[in-house]
Amino acid sequence: MAVGRRKVLQVIAGTGAIAAANAVPVRAARAAKAAPPDALGMLYDTTLCIGCKACVSACREANDLQPSWDEERLHHAPLDLNGRTKNVIKLYKEGDRMSFFKAQCMHCVDPACASACMLGSLHKDEVTGIVTYDASYCVGCRYCMMACPFNVAKFEYEKRAPKIVKCELCRHRFGGAQLASTGGFSRFATGHGPACCEVCPRGAVIYGKRTELLQEAKRRIEANPGRYYQDKVYGEADAGGTQVLYLSHVPFDKISLPDIGSQGVPHVAYTIQEGLYRGFVAPVALYGVLGLVMLRNRKKGGAAAPEAQKGGRRE
Amino acid sequence: MPVPSRRPFPSSIHETLMLPRFSPDQDSGPEVSRRDFVRVVMTAAAAVGLSGTAAARMAEAVAKGVKPSVIWLHFQECTGCTESLLRTAHPDIGSLILDLISLDYHETLFAAAGHQAEAALQQAMKDNAGKYVCIVEGAIPTKDGGIYCKIGGRTAIDMVTEVAEQAGAIIAIGSCASWGGVPSADPNPTGATGAPMVLKGKTVVTIPGCPANPYNLLGTVLQFVTLGTLPELDDKGRPKWAYGRTIHEHCPRRAHFDAGRFAQQFGDENHRQGYCLYKLGCKGPQTHANCSVMHFGEVVDAWPIGLGHPCFGCTEQKLAFRVALHDTVDIERPTPPDTYPGIREPQGGVSTVAAGIAGLAAGALLGAGYKFSKTLASEAPPTKPSGGSSKKEV
Amino acid sequence: MSSHAVVHAPVGGELMTPAYKKLLWVVAIGAVAALWRFSMGLGASSNLSDGYPWGIWIAIDVVTGTALGCGGYAVALLVYILNKGEYHPLVRPAVLTSLLGYGLAVIAVTIDLGRFWELWKVPVFFWRWSHSPQLEVALCVAAYVAVLLVELSPAFFEKWRHDASTGLRSLAESGLRFVDNWLVWILALGMLLPTMHQSSLGTMMLLPATKLHPLWFTPWLPLLFLVNCLMMGYGAVVLESHLSARAFDRPLESEMLARLSKVVLYVTVAWTLFRVAEVAIAGDLATIASGMGVAFLIEVALHLAIIWLLLSDVGRYTPATQFRAGVLLVVAGTVFRVNTYLVAFQPGPNWSYFPAIPELLITLGIIALEVALYVAAVKKFPILAGAPTRARS
Repeated sequence: MAVGRRKVLQVIAGTGAIAAANAVPVRAARAAKAAPPDALGMLYDTTLCIGCKACVSACREANDLQPSWDEERLHHAPLDLNGRTKNVIKLYKEGDRMSFFKAQCMHCVDPACASACMLGSLHKDEVTGIVTYDASYCVGCRYCMMACPFNVAKFEYEKRAPKIVKCELCRHRFGGAQLASTGGFSRFATGHGPACCEVCPRGAVIYGKRTELLQEAKRRIEANPGRYYQDKVYGEADAGGTQVLYLSHVPFDKISLPDIGSQGVPHVAYTIQEGLYRGFVAPVALYGVLGLVMLRNRKKGGAAAPEAQKGGRRE
Repeated sequence: MPVPSRRPFPSSIHETLMLPRFSPDQDSGPEVSRRDFVRVVMTAAAAVGLSGTAAARMAEAVAKGVKPSVIWLHFQECTGCTESLLRTAHPDIGSLILDLISLDYHETLFAAAGHQAEAALQQAMKDNAGKYVCIVEGAIPTKDGGIYCKIGGRTAIDMVTEVAEQAGAIIAIGSCASWGGVPSADPNPTGATGAPMVLKGKTVVTIPGCPANPYNLLGTVLQFVTLGTLPELDDKGRPKWAYGRTIHEHCPRRAHFDAGRFAQQFGDENHRQGYCLYKLGCKGPQTHANCSVMHFGEVVDAWPIGLGHPCFGCTEQKLAFRVALHDTVDIERPTPPDTYPGIREPQGGVSTVAAGIAGLAAGALLGAGYKFSKTLASEAPPTKPSGGSSKKEV
Repeated sequence: MSSHAVVHAPVGGELMTPAYKKLLWVVAIGAVAALWRFSMGLGASSNLSDGYPWGIWIAIDVVTGTALGCGGYAVALLVYILNKGEYHPLVRPAVLTSLLGYGLAVIAVTIDLGRFWELWKVPVFFWRWSHSPQLEVALCVAAYVAVLLVELSPAFFEKWRHDASTGLRSLAESGLRFVDNWLVWILALGMLLPTMHQSSLGTMMLLPATKLHPLWFTPWLPLLFLVNCLMMGYGAVVLESHLSARAFDRPLESEMLARLSKVVLYVTVAWTLFRVAEVAIAGDLATIASGMGVAFLIEVALHLAIIWLLLSDVGRYTPATQFRAGVLLVVAGTVFRVNTYLVAFQPGPNWSYFPAIPELLITLGIIALEVALYVAAVKKFPILAGAPTRARS
């Protein structure tokens, strides 16, 4: 069996080499993505939020969503984002420490969900950077839900024709209106911007261009030393950057904003995938190799030889 | 508050109600200074939210002696809406009917009766054709040609049709006139219905309520009198400024609803604490009205919920006299409660039956596999590797 | 190597045996559960949730099911690339198992998809194709099912060549001619496609980068999945061989399987070493001291058990040991895949998942259907090598 063993190891090595050649190390074959210059976003400041939940009601009404009923069917009381809730206020409380947290889509600069989607049903708009959803190309595979690091995308499991449900920055309200500079932020006329921001009584969540919001966040940090956790704006670089930014007075991981580094979430998977299949060279090459090996084996009278194939058939 | 005194068969309403009139030219009655009058008018305007400018214009209009004619029809009613109006103070009924409007026909307040009254009606219609305000109180029976309510030999249908024809504005006061009210409750033997259903094609302002809040009427009338316009109406003809919200959206006990504090039974501790009455059958979540801010009888908190009884939806045709008093209704525009979900609320779980099935299946498969391998072990001994060709039993 | 003329023949015999009917009952129950899923929706028929959007239908029916269907791929590599004609008799039944495994995985996908009626758009709207690894898996699997059908077609054509109808006869003749002419390129496709999508099944779980436990999140995941599918394929072939021999009263292919087991041994050693070494080099050994670590240890232990069973010459030549190793290959491979797709997937401590009853019934039904279709095909068509014999069950 000496010959056979060598052959076997050769094949394993060969296959592995093809896979490995482009897989490892994970070179920066994939450039880091940047937010579009006019990217829209939101800035949420936990120190301003009073937990009034006006944004929760406003979002439900602006998006025409069914209530996420509590047990007695009295209130819209979602426990989390779900198939009827695109925005929710949660409470973090640990001893004396307390903070509200507004959860909704982060509109990542390098969205894992859009990278997961086979036909681009989830798509990052080139101008506004909003991660939009179009159900007409959605097969309901829920890979986007698996991929999202913030568990944002939700599914209408109870429906027979379910869709993915997530915040789209109220883009259906823009209505072709133009952004105008209002107090240093690019805003639509009232009634055309994200409903949550327009209804917030404290300005705890505001919207505008990502560049403006980053600037504002940094200004707040500088103006209020010691107020914000680690003087950090979550989403500036996290997960490759997000368009919804957070300022918090409590540790971010306590309000479910994980420390996931500054690399885009799809980076590893896509580097491998795009590396392996770039230009479709590797598959074609492998195909050629396989074919040629078999042709050579055929000449040596292998199992693929015509006599071997036909000879075994009963006449 | 002045109370109308009674005299046997006075010839005019003005004699009936011995009230000061702003009319320096008239002899009877004490005069009222312009300042007093303007004050009355301002109060009236303020009470229903009209601006100071409007009040001034109103005063001007009245000073010019331009008092719009009002013809008030009564049909299948309990007169509660009129009674309710009598108990207003801003303006009081006297100022209203003497100084702000010309109440040219009103069966309850009229001293006149019989042919005299009907003659007054016809005269008023002729003199003010196209300009008078027609107010309808009470439901209108439609069955059997409407014979179940006749005044002066004429059916209600005929009367209202005729009066509404030349009216400048038509207002239906009270649930009965708005959609049928109590007389229209099952089995509705008279075919009672509201004025808008009889006066098809005409704009009828409806002021439902049982009784209607008189200030809703006053506000509408005064707007028409002063500015010549009617307030913005919803799809049922109700002024949006009064009926644009549900009671639930503006209830003083809303915080209790949001916090889950409910009275469970009349007289229990929660009831005494003034907690939310939803579970006792409050129809507030589906009732459009402004009772929570405009109370009744000039007494603070004189409205059902304020007094500890759930709202029964008297303005709403689908609720009042149809849905049982203590049946709960659905919340149409739910908002979050006064609680918060945690950052990570536990969701999902394991069903024991499912775990059982899974375990059984896995166990069965593995067990069968093991058993089979035992069979193999006993029946099929190890073979030896053969040296050369591998042609075997094929 | 000498050329082998393998003679294939239907096993023949009664199809509707009592055992077979019991199998069909399991299929029927699964079908009813599937009807329930389609009429009531995913929420009512599964415990899939916003935290765990993928459950056993993906992790077992699709991801593991296709791996079990890699027998054809694994054996083809041996027979056609490494030119080991002695394993030729294993090819056709392996291809059948593969076709069934992949075909039923496609059915499982359709059951799992929330909007399956849009599925036709995936191959058609090519200008919307993203670089999603799942897209590659979907297209590849669809293509592979077609290729498997073509690879298996000689089994049907050989039977139809002797059919009464002229139409079928001429179809069979031209079909056989086509396959004979293009055999090498069809086979090459049949080996290229699984290489692509089985490794992509690994790449797929790299996208939820932040939610996959470090013991499974490695850029080598595609390679691990690829070799794992070969191991599972071999395992499936061994099991199929033994079970068929028993069920259809045929002689054991013990000699062939013994040599195959040696190949499997090397592959398993390589995989297991690589698996552990990679974790160590990545510096994640410490994470083994955790709940997840137990899952990892079970994975490794199962693979070590395979190695231990197959190490000795005698062991490899013992049918019972071959069979047990085959079972362990399937179980170990399944554990690795289920670990990657379910156990090591951590959406958050507040989420938990266990399959609901309809999910289990459908999975069992699909497995039963695969067995039932295998038995029917093997009895009616020339799949297994050798002259017809009387089948036992």
